[in-house]
Amino acid sequence: MADREERRFAEVSRDSVKLMAESSGVELGDDVATLLAEDVCYRLREATQSSSQFMRHAKRRKLTVEDFNRALRWSNVEAVCGYGAQDALPFRSAKEGELFFIEDRDINLVELALATNIPKGCAETLVRVNVSYLDGKGNLEPQGTVPSVVQTLSEDLLKYYQQITRAILGEDPHLMKVALLDLQSNSKIAALLPYFVYVISGVKSVSHDLEQLNRLLHMVKSLVQNPNLYLGSYVRSLVSSVMYCILEPLAASINPLNDHWTLRDYAALLLSHIFWTHGDLVSGLYHQILLSLQKVLSDPVRPLCSHYGAVVGLHALGWKAVERVLFPHLPAYWANLQAVLDDYSVSNAQVKADGHKVYGAILVAVERLLKMKALSLSQPAEGGSGGPQVSVGGAMGYRMSSPGLSPPPEPLSDAALGIASHLQAGGAGCPWEEWTPVPLPAMYSELYSFFGDSLAVRFSTGPGWGSPPCTLSQHSDTKKEPAGPASNPDTTRKMPQLTANLNISPRQDGSPRTDPPPPSLAATGPG
Amino acid sequence: MAAVQGGQVDAVEEKDIKTEPSNDGGGNNNANDGRLLSTSPGSSSSTGSIKSAAGPPEDQQTLLAVLQFLRKNKLTESVEILRREAGLPEDSLELKGGDSSGSGSGAAAGSVELAGGDASSLLSRVTSSASTVAPAPTKAAGEDQPDVNVVLSAYSQQGDPPLYQVYYSGLKKFIESVLDCHRAELSQVFYPLFVHMYLELVYNNHESEAKAFFEKFSGDQECYYEDDLRILSSLSKREHMRGNETLLDFRTSKFVLRISRDSYQLLKRHLQERQNNQIWNIIQEHLYIDIFDGMPRSKSQIDAMSGSLAGEGKREANKAKVYYGLLKEPEIDMGSKSKKQDPNAPAQTRIPLPELKDSDKLDKIMYMKEATKRIRLGPEILPSICFYTFLNAYQGLTAVDFTDDSSLIAGGFADSTVRVWSVTPKKLRKVKSAADLNLIDKESDDVLERIMDEKTASELKILYGHSGPVYGISFSPDRNYLLSSSEDGTVRLWSLQTFTCLVGYKGHNYPVWDTQFSPHGYYFISGGHDRVARLWATDHYQPLRIFSGHLADVTCTRFHPNSNYVATGSSDRTIRVWDVLTGNCVRIFTGHKGPIHSLAFSPNGKFLASGATDSRVLLWDIGHGLMIGELKGHTDTVYSLRFSRDGEILASGSMDNTVRLWNATKAFDDLETDDFTAATGHVHLHDNSQELLLGAYTSKSTPVIHLHFTRRNLLLAAGGYNP
Repeated sequence: MADREERRFAEVSRDSVKLMAESSGVELGDDVATLLAEDVCYRLREATQSSSQFMRHAKRRKLTVEDFNRALRWSNVEAVCGYGAQDALPFRSAKEGELFFIEDRDINLVELALATNIPKGCAETLVRVNVSYLDGKGNLEPQGTVPSVVQTLSEDLLKYYQQITRAILGEDPHLMKVALLDLQSNSKIAALLPYFVYVISGVKSVSHDLEQLNRLLHMVKSLVQNPNLYLGSYVRSLVSSVMYCILEPLAASINPLNDHWTLRDYAALLLSHIFWTHGDLVSGLYHQILLSLQKVLSDPVRPLCSHYGAVVGLHALGWKAVERVLFPHLPAYWANLQAVLDDYSVSNAQVKADGHKVYGAILVAVERLLKMKALSLSQPAEGGSGGPQVSVGGAMGYRMSSPGLSPPPEPLSDAALGIASHLQAGGAGCPWEEWTPVPLPAMYSELYSFFGDSLAVRFSTGPGWGSPPCTLSQHSDTKKEPAGPASNPDTTRKMPQLTANLNISPRQDGSPRTDPPPPSLAATGPG
Repeated sequence: MAAVQGGQVDAVEEKDIKTEPSNDGGGNNNANDGRLLSTSPGSSSSTGSIKSAAGPPEDQQTLLAVLQFLRKNKLTESVEILRREAGLPEDSLELKGGDSSGSGSGAAAGSVELAGGDASSLLSRVTSSASTVAPAPTKAAGEDQPDVNVVLSAYSQQGDPPLYQVYYSGLKKFIESVLDCHRAELSQVFYPLFVHMYLELVYNNHESEAKAFFEKFSGDQECYYEDDLRILSSLSKREHMRGNETLLDFRTSKFVLRISRDSYQLLKRHLQERQNNQIWNIIQEHLYIDIFDGMPRSKSQIDAMSGSLAGEGKREANKAKVYYGLLKEPEIDMGSKSKKQDPNAPAQTRIPLPELKDSDKLDKIMYMKEATKRIRLGPEILPSICFYTFLNAYQGLTAVDFTDDSSLIAGGFADSTVRVWSVTPKKLRKVKSAADLNLIDKESDDVLERIMDEKTASELKILYGHSGPVYGISFSPDRNYLLSSSEDGTVRLWSLQTFTCLVGYKGHNYPVWDTQFSPHGYYFISGGHDRVARLWATDHYQPLRIFSGHLADVTCTRFHPNSNYVATGSSDRTIRVWDVLTGNCVRIFTGHKGPIHSLAFSPNGKFLASGATDSRVLLWDIGHGLMIGELKGHTDTVYSLRFSRDGEILASGSMDNTVRLWNATKAFDDLETDDFTAATGHVHLHDNSQELLLGAYTSKSTPVIHLHFTRRNLLLAAGGYNP
């Protein structure tokens, strides 16, 4: 009867029962064996049924050996021991015949007991909370941080982390250098990244301490330069820390003796570096940075050091950023700045000094803007005419056209439209939606009206100058051309040399020109 | 006729009570009264005070019933003691012996469950079976299992085994040929009939016929009976029937069907014409047919309500008045508006509740302050969700609870531990040792601060004591205690001041699946594998009430917001609501197709939501005793349900790693427009799950096993990360 029964369940066959009986020295008749087999099957099913409720109440999907044993125990049957292993037991076949068995290796207890590598206890059970859904919308972090946290830090990593942070934030400059170098190259610290990022986000709490800020920025630099780290969305966090250093009126800047200017310069460079190398990790990052810089710039309440930060930040991001944000905003800003600079009262001395800093920064920025703009216009037309110009211009051209380095114009404008409202709210000076490139001569003349002869760049307005016809035509349209006639022959001659220097910015002087795009950073050593 | 009736009722009661000494014995509801009271004389003051609320005449009747029961079980000493206590004359029992069965039934009629009232109607149909049931022998109490032979005795009358298939297919043919409107109703008969016929065959050792019968007709049964059929199919020997719980369920309780009078007449006529006694007998003996007048129900209406182990709840079972209103908040000197007493609320002192302590009042004030900052949720304003993920929970997270103010979170684990975390910066501290406490200046203002031992401050405290997985966990409302229930059969009460175990409540003897504190503290409810739920008071080591009636494990237990009722969900796929005061079952909700694993009362106390392994959430109107909604969307067991603080949103968490939010306001509002169902008791649900679903939120490999709304309506979800 058992033979023709539909195989609805796993069954213990009559033969198996007989075999087992034999192995313990009992001879069973067929009838008894059949009955026994059926009963065994039934009991097994019953135990399985009741074991499933233990699984359900443990809120699991997987039935474990432990569940089954509980069911057995509650029906007053001895539990089956030895199968509690978490990992699957391999089911193997014996070569000799149609025989299958569960591999059950002998374990040498002595060896196990004397083994030196005692397995470490498993990580502590802990509760982590994260905001999964805000206002029922959007998956902010789809519990994304869990896996990296689950992979809890090993002892060694923890030690490394402590040592590194201690070294970087500690007193010994030598140790710090070593630590930073290691941070730049260590390939096994991916798990620590969130922790480092967290430490770096501590800039806000040490804004009174230039030294610490500097060190944290160096830490950022090391992390950014480490080729083994995938920064992912942490870029955003790093950028915001760096931006803090650039833009905020740091507590340290209250004391005029503190050289927070250098810190801002450095942070600005770092910002551009992060952006050039990792900007693609976060969409719209470029735009967001520009926005916040612009916001600071257009906010007259902000102290001058913040404005300075915004200017050097824009400068570091490239001439297009300057053209886009700083230049249109300049007329409005200029009035404020002029007021500061024209105030000769004693009480204003400090502010005036700051104002000069800003003035200088703007000057440097717009000078490069002019040079680059001129170059970009002359580049396609001039092709390969002048020797020195070609080499540098070529390098520059490469930089501009290489997609990884220069922000692709398309998304930029898209993004600009996307957050235009936000922009308006910030009281922005230039409506980006309507932004159109100002022709070079117009730009030059406007800038000249501000800076006068302080502008180191001179352009001729004569026909001998820029070869692109478009510029010419536009130039002829512009009515006022104050600087033009005076310096005309001079500038035409100087042009090549000037453009040759175009890459020069205060901090970039020492850097080898041939370096890959973020050249300055590699050179600026810690401290 | 009257005499027969008395005998009949007597026998029924007796049979039920006989199962009582064993807690797992699938006690019937009818036993409830006797059982409840038999425990109360032993328990002390508070029980007494609860009990005294019941009227004296009823009291005496039940006392007599108890006495009679005790006597039957030869517990003469107890009889003596109880009689003396109650001040009854010695011969009272003898004298009233004649009508004590009547009074017994009278008492039972107080419980809605029992067929006290409908015994006669039942009887008229069951006359032929009287002979088989009546001679149930009185057995000595204390036997572990009800004697299967007695329970199964009805099966001994056998027809011709090979004809079973003929009978069944004959009926099938008939039902398929009747008018559409009757077909759906009559089809309900198939399943219970099928099971009983199969069991009868098995019981009488017709194994091959049984198998053939099963194979031929098992495919016809509704898909939601699949699990039961699987168990049934593995059962093929008479010996197996002994001790099989599912089977006993079938026997100890009648399968309840609701059929309209017309359909029933049709069936009756058919069976009588055909002289189909075999089937007729089964219907009479093992089925309870709840006949109603009116239109036959449609297939979808029937499907909505069926699926439980023992058919639908009888309509009478849901007729008792339930005071679902909220208790008046105690006045606190904060200029709070004094609300009028809710007409649906129970009397304030219906069950004695603990006095508010000063700290409780402070907490209430905190609560009100928080409540003013509460976000009013709605379809447009959904709550933010915070997920508490248990990492490295290799020990298997089995239960989670938050304190009401969301300051503590506790987890029960399969390795028998209970872990309590502080989720605020405030660390957990123990009270100092007794020696150190003596040194403290007790007059100082900050004495409460001083008694804490700063050295013990930590984020996590682990409570050791259980010897099996911890399946249920619950914080007391005042955050001083924690309850945990475990596979080891105990419920433990832990102090959150000393982080030690205070009491181990023993009584279930089998795994305790769930436990919960009353919203007013002091009382708590537990339910487990022994198929009963027990009501305890923290200062009594024995239960105050035993709620017995479920036919399978009580899987989850919840207190009504007014503490006067508890709801229990069970693997028999029913939900029952019990009156804490009387111990009676006042509601039976059927409709789930799998074991129920989560329950939640709406904050206004009117509605109940339930989630089960069938991945559905069902909504119930407690006052009317009706199913009012079905929420489909989850793809796995719903392990957690919670209403937002104002009841606008229902959140459900499931094994499928999602949290779903449902528009509870809409679900309940829609109901009021068609309350005609209240009269007939027939629900007609339209599938509007998609309209009600406000959002589905996925976690990352983390089953959602607990949900909690903070006092400001932020939704907290918790689960163990399961990579």
